[in-house]
Formats: sequence, structure tokens, C-alpha cells
Amino acid sequence: MPKLLSGAEIVFKSLEDQKVEYIFGYPGGAVLPIYDELKNHKSIKHILARHEQGAGHSAEGYARSSGKPGVLLVTSGPGATNAVTALTDAYMDSIPLVCISGQVPTHLIGTDAFQECDTTGITRPCTKHNWLVKDVNDLSKTLHLAFEVATTGRPGPVLVDIPKDIQFKKGKYKFFKNTLKKKLNGKSTHKISNSELDKFIDLIKKSTKPIFYTGGGVINSGPEASKYLRELVSLTGFPITSTLQGLGAYPGDDPQFLGMLGMHGTYEANNAMHDCDLMINIGARFDDRITGKVDEFSPGSKKIHVDIDPSSIGKNIKVDLAIISDVTELLKSLIKRFKEKNKNFLNSNKQKTSKWWEQIGKWREKKSLNFINSNKIIKPQHAVQRLYELTKNQDTFITTEVGQHQMWAAQHYKFNKPNRWMTSGGLGTMGYGLPAAIGVQIANPGKLVVDIAGEASVLMTMQEMSTAVQYRLPIKIFILNNEYMGMVRQWQELLHEKNYSESYTAALPDFVKLAESYGCVGIRAKTPGELDEKIKEMISIDRPVIFDCVVDKAENCFPMIPSGKPHNQMILGPEEEEEISDEGKILV
Amino acid sequence: MARSKSAYSVPGKIGKIERHIIVVWVDNEAGVLARIAGLFSGRGYNIESLAVAEVDKKKHISRITIVTEGTPQVIEQINLQLKKLVPVHKVADFKRGEKDILFRELAMFKILGNTKKIEKVKKICKKFNPVILDKTKKSVVIQVTALRAEIDKLALDLKSLGLISTSRTGAVAMTKGSKIFS
Repeated sequence: MPKLLSGAEIVFKSLEDQKVEYIFGYPGGAVLPIYDELKNHKSIKHILARHEQGAGHSAEGYARSSGKPGVLLVTSGPGATNAVTALTDAYMDSIPLVCISGQVPTHLIGTDAFQECDTTGITRPCTKHNWLVKDVNDLSKTLHLAFEVATTGRPGPVLVDIPKDIQFKKGKYKFFKNTLKKKLNGKSTHKISNSELDKFIDLIKKSTKPIFYTGGGVINSGPEASKYLRELVSLTGFPITSTLQGLGAYPGDDPQFLGMLGMHGTYEANNAMHDCDLMINIGARFDDRITGKVDEFSPGSKKIHVDIDPSSIGKNIKVDLAIISDVTELLKSLIKRFKEKNKNFLNSNKQKTSKWWEQIGKWREKKSLNFINSNKIIKPQHAVQRLYELTKNQDTFITTEVGQHQMWAAQHYKFNKPNRWMTSGGLGTMGYGLPAAIGVQIANPGKLVVDIAGEASVLMTMQEMSTAVQYRLPIKIFILNNEYMGMVRQWQELLHEKNYSESYTAALPDFVKLAESYGCVGIRAKTPGELDEKIKEMISIDRPVIFDCVVDKAENCFPMIPSGKPHNQMILGPEEEEEISDEGKILV
Repeated sequence: MARSKSAYSVPGKIGKIERHIIVVWVDNEAGVLARIAGLFSGRGYNIESLAVAEVDKKKHISRITIVTEGTPQVIEQINLQLKKLVPVHKVADFKRGEKDILFRELAMFKILGNTKKIEKVKKICKKFNPVILDKTKKSVVIQVTALRAEIDKLALDLKSLGLISTSRTGAVAMTKGSKIFS
């Protein structure tokens, strides 16, 4: 008869067998037995956050930058509800998280006990699946299944709710592998047929105005996927654009790369999407920030969609060829088949697509990311550009908060490798970047990790600076401080007659002093002249830094597609603002 | 809709709405119905009727029959989203009005009235497999099985004959002939 273990021991045994090294969490009454057991498991390090949301985003940053699932440990009631934002964020951006929550003892469930909430009920719509474990003998199976669900198919968050009495009870432990009988979300085991590949190749060969449109699925598929993507793009000579989540899968400074597409994407990327005759979507989901008005989205193109999640296909945009597959698997077989049959494709194709590249060249001449720089005041775009120039020679990881600074980071920071860019795209969670940077630094010790932040966003999870200091994580919080919720202010300027309703923060902290009070370093840059020196100083400090970069308060993020417009009707800069009509404000 | 300059796109054209019957085989475990119902409400789909019961005692499999309405795109999404749920084993979908599918609803009517009236009731219900479940001098409880529209009409007709209470199930469905849903 096998040795009986307590529920808390089973939790750690499962984590050990899943090769978990870090858990992010916050203790409380209903998880104390698990916290009590922590000391007996030296291979697992617990990172104490200052708020469960922070723990959740840290776990996300850890997962996104390492390719491993992030593990989160929270108590019942408020512990679980505080984690909901992070779980939803991970759900929207397909990030594998395993959240273990404590629950009141089983005999008290349903009695409105102290710190009780219906955790599985609350988290049902923001997890791939969740479980309430009522029998200690189900615990190991449930935990291993949880890891499997989180990491297979389209990754995402899961939650296991463990009542306190179950954590004490003794039960059997077993390591379960591949317990999922059916294949979730069209897992990589889907066999790609040659006829699918031939159709794909045929469309490639017929196209004169092609474009690759790639997304977070390439990142989620692992570093191999980026390698194959680069090979395919080079084999075909086609232009490529990327979604916000896909940045880094293809080198940002490569001539075939047109920059990010979508609402704040480049002029060339959006126009190419609109006018193309073949759109090859690899691991992106036709999100509304990308498509704009669906009826007028790329009207003349054939569309190929590669996605691991069958429900992503046809959800927003009808496509001509859908392939349900893991990106790596698909690209690998596609390239193999392509090479067998089309040895001289690139040469014969150059002529076919030469007009297209000419047209793209004309769009590029618009230089849609340009801005009017100043030598008196720091322009936020300039700050991001300088940060890029001064960090591009080392392996740098960038996280962001949400808003204008996020878009400027996406536009002006060029990523060359996958897993270097962590941003809250789907849910758009202000306060994501700082705790995410903590998780990234944990997964990548010794590397430079910068949170490009806005002062409004970063205040939402500022307490996590204390975590960074405790664990000596030298993260850099690079705040583009314009004293406004910049994106809100921008929309109010453009759509609401400059009625800046509640978007100005009248009483901001002194970020340098704030840094000092947390026990880290504060740096402030006020003029373009001192910017470079201060950024270099920030990089050279081996401690957490809050960098208060005082930027132009009135700068807007361009180019942009005003919603309801197709991709070929972008606003390029302030001189064109007058063209926006007065309608449609209700949908903001 | 008018041009928009909002942060969200304007709605596109809406396709034709169809009624579908969707059959879902699920593990009969705690919360499974909430997962299904939550998927429908969370994504703005519509449940017209719902019938659930365990059909395999040994494997604890329940069969859920859902009547829903939506554009072809929405119906496709319902199918795909349902298949993603962990406790869902398989999903079958067919259009209302398909010829090789049988479906039935069951209804119970309680009617107050004298024998004469009750005889009349029985006559009206004759086509719909009526079963008298309970009978007193002043009342009768009658069970019928029929299609949704037929039961709607029956209930209307029985109103003048003393109908005081109606209880109905959602639709259940099965294929004709030897083949089964797959």
C-alpha cells in the first residue's frame, strides 16, 4: 500500500512532478496548510506578491517569457476574487496559468462562511476549466489534469479550488500523464493532409499581392515556430505584418517586415492588408482591433487561417482555407512540401510581386510612425526610440502597461526574438506591466527587463515594487509620465470636444521619492538633452529602478484607424485630425 | 448604421436566423449545466429550451438537448465553443425541420371541469398520445407528447375547457432509422 499524503503534500508533490520552480502567491486562512508545507520542498520557490492580481500578472510574465506555465497560489474569498483580473487577462491572451485557491472547509461551503465565495462559479467564464476538489483522492489527478488543460491546445488559465479540510486529509498520490482522452482545441495531433498543404502552396503561387499576418499563436507555439516563420517568409519573399501579441516572432528590423497592423499599426501594414489578394493568417484571431469594420475588411483577398483553436476560425472573418494546427507543425510540413515542389519559387516570384513591393514602398514613404520631435520637451516616441537604441545590443525583455505608451512601445521598439515582449492585448489590463516584469525577471535572471509604463497604469499595481525589492529583481519601470490617462485623453480630444472628463491625475506621487521609499532607485529625466545619460544610468544600476520620464502632455498616438473605417482610411497625424466626423461616439 | 469614430467597429450585416437543435453529451459532474448555460449567456447566445438527463449510468454521461436560434455563423460558434469544454464528449447539431430527425416535447395539463368537458378534452388531445395520469370528479391531469407548436396550440384550445396549469419539458431528439448522432 502506498504511503498516504496530506492534501497539502499532494499539492507540492504534483508541482514537483510538473517541474514547477516558482509559485507566485499570497497566504491566507484557507491555504495555510499548503503554506505550512512549503518549507519541506526546497526545489519550489515562493514569490510573495503584495496583491493577488500582482501575483497573477507575475505568473503571466513568467509564463510568457519562459514558455512554461505560471503557477499562482491564493487564499479563498478575496484572494480568489483579486486573482480574477489576471485569470481573465491570461484567458484573453492565451497564457498558461495554474491557479490553486484555498476554499473554506467542505462542511461550510454554501453557508456564507468567513472568506467564502463561489470561486469556481466566479472563475468559470475566465478559465479554460476549473475544479472544486471534494475528495483528497481526486487531488493529484485533478492537479495533473489542470496542468495538461492549461498547456495543451490553445493555452490558457485553469483553477483548482481546494477546501481547507482536503488540504489536511490524507490520500493517495499518483502522477497522471495525458489524462485527457479527447483532444482539446484541435491539438497538434491533428494530421495535416497533403491536399491541405497543396491548396496552401497553390494559393501562394497564384498570388501577386500577398501578405503574412501573424500573431501570438506563433509565440505560443514555441521558438521553433519563429524559426520556421522566418524561413517561410524568406522562401516566399512575401511581406509580413504582425499583431501586437505576435511582435518578435519575426525580426522587427527586417526589410520584409511592414510593422504592426491594426488600429495603431503602420500605414503600409494596414494598406497592404486592405489591398492584398492573399492574406496568410498564422496564429492570429481577426480581433476587432485588427479588422475594424468586418464588412469592409480586406475585401478582395483570399484568406488562409492557421489556428490551433477551431472556434477561432470563422468567428469574425470567413476564410477560404482553414487549417487547424499548431503553428510549428504546420510550418514545418508546409516548408518541406514547398521546397520539394518549388525549387526556384523565389526567383520566378520576384517578378510577380514586384509591383506589389513597389506599392508597399510608396506606402512606406508616408513614414507613418514619424512625429515632430522637440529639443525642449521629451516626446514619448523619442523616449521609446532612445530606450531601444540604448538597449538593442543586449537581450532585453519589455513589458508594458496599457494605453498610449503601450502603442508607442509596440511601434518604436523593434523586437527580434520571440518571448521578449509581454503586453496585455486582449483584456487591456492597466497595471499589468510592473508585476509581469517581476515574473519575467524571475524567469530570466541577469537579463535586462524594462516595463514601459504610463504613470496612471503603473499606479494600479505599484505596490509590487516592494516584491521586486524583496527578491532583488532589478526591473526597470520606465514611466512615460504625461500626467494624463493618455489614451483616454486622446479619445476625449478627438471624439468628445476636448472634454477631458476625469482623465487628468491632479495629485501624482513624486516617483523619485516613491522609489526611494520602496528602497529602490528613482531617476527623473525632464529634457531631451539629459535623456540618454539617464537611460544609461538606469541600465547600469543593478537594482530596481523607477524612471520618471517627463514627456509631452499633449502628444497623441498616430497613425490610427478611426473605427468603422476600413484599413485604407487611416489618420496619419494631427494635421489630419479635422477630417474625423462627429458621429458614432456612443460606441467608445 | 452611420459612420463611427468610436474605439469599436460598427456592426456588420446580420445573416439569416435559423433554429437549431443541438445535442451535447457531457460528463454528469457538478457544475456541468452551469458551464453550458454560462457559455450561452456569456457569449450572448439564446436557449429556447433545454432538456437534460443522465443516459449512461455507468459512465455518468448526460445527454443535453438544446433548442437555439442564431445566424449560421453563431450556430457554428455554438458548436465549436461547446466542443472546447472539458466535460463535453460530443456535439450533434441539426436544423429544425430536417426530415430524418425525430423530436418530441412532453406536456402535462391540469383541467377542471365535469365529465362532459373532460371527454371533450380527451378528444382534442387524441392525436397526441394522451395518457390520463390522475382523475377526480372535478379534475383531470392529462399527459401528451407532441411537437412544440402542437402543444402551443393545444394549450390555447384547452383554455376554454378549464385548463388551470401547464407543465412542459424541453424538446428531446433522436435520428430516424438505424443510424445515430455522431
